[in-house]
Amino acid sequence: MEPLQIVAMLYVALGALCVVLARDVVRQALVFSLYGFSLVVLFVVFQAPDVALSALVVSGIAYPLVLVGAIARCHGQRKGGGK
Amino acid sequence: MTTRVRLAIFSSGLVLVAALLVDGVSNLPPFGRYAGPYGDIVARLVEPQRHMANAVTAVVFDYRGFDTMGEELILFAAASAVALLLREMRDHDTSDLVEGIRSDALRGVGALAAIVTFVLALQVVAHGFITPGGGFQGGVVLSAAFALVFLTNEYRAYNRLASSSFAEPVEALGAGGYVFLGLLALALGFGFLENFLPFGVTGRLRSGGSAAIVNWSSALAVSGGFALIFSEYLQENVAVRHGRVGK
Repeated sequence: MEPLQIVAMLYVALGALCVVLARDVVRQALVFSLYGFSLVVLFVVFQAPDVALSALVVSGIAYPLVLVGAIARCHGQRKGGGK
Repeated sequence: MTTRVRLAIFSSGLVLVAALLVDGVSNLPPFGRYAGPYGDIVARLVEPQRHMANAVTAVVFDYRGFDTMGEELILFAAASAVALLLREMRDHDTSDLVEGIRSDALRGVGALAAIVTFVLALQVVAHGFITPGGGFQGGVVLSAAFALVFLTNEYRAYNRLASSSFAEPVEALGAGGYVFLGLLALALGFGFLENFLPFGVTGRLRSGGSAAIVNWSSALAVSGGFALIFSEYLQENVAVRHGRVGK
């Protein structure tokens, strides 16, 4: 295994740990994007550019937008907007 | 349940999982050693057989296009489910609401960014058989262009662009077109989703044969699906902010 591959794997492990340890949902969504970026780096280092591009669009665009939409909806309801 | 009982259950589970994990990992092939032959075979055959430079997209939309059809329909079902659930909870139409963004600079830069993202998305889809990319990645980038319009411009402008009356037909056209191409290949005497057009010259934009059309229909399905999901969530949030959620 190349040293760069080990670094990328450790970066992913660290990112996953940070996602679990973040307790606030908004902060967790942001940390998740960083974790997604670490996955992109991992795929690029392991020479899988197609998968890296997929991971980039999913963890950078699709997932955060859906997540932020859901979080905003729940916060709005808690402040007395819903029901 | 006392702490001791919990700890006992937890530690017995932990030992079991650890044993399975150690057993599984110790029997893995050495790092970087790939036992299956298909990756190498496809990498060698894709250029002479299909005139495609990118083997990954060739597998996704040509050799195993049937698998991708399943994924496409999963996304279609997910977007439909989101629309069904959220629309049931909303009483009122939100298309008449105005969410103003006052900064002209933000709107200008946002419109520019949306246009650039749009062109980038078309580029990613069109070059799917030449460089990394293809219908799925490009489709998500395409829906990001619509999301940028919302983030930097008015809700109403976004609603005009990506309203359900626009996103729904695009998604349906993409998902339906994918299935239609498979049936068309059958009708022409080929296998389901088999490539039935001339393959073209490797590395050219027009290479890929009928898999290139499959690629574009999947881009439509993905971008329509994500645009629909985004716009449902956004309408939901706007409706909550203006107190227009019923039931």
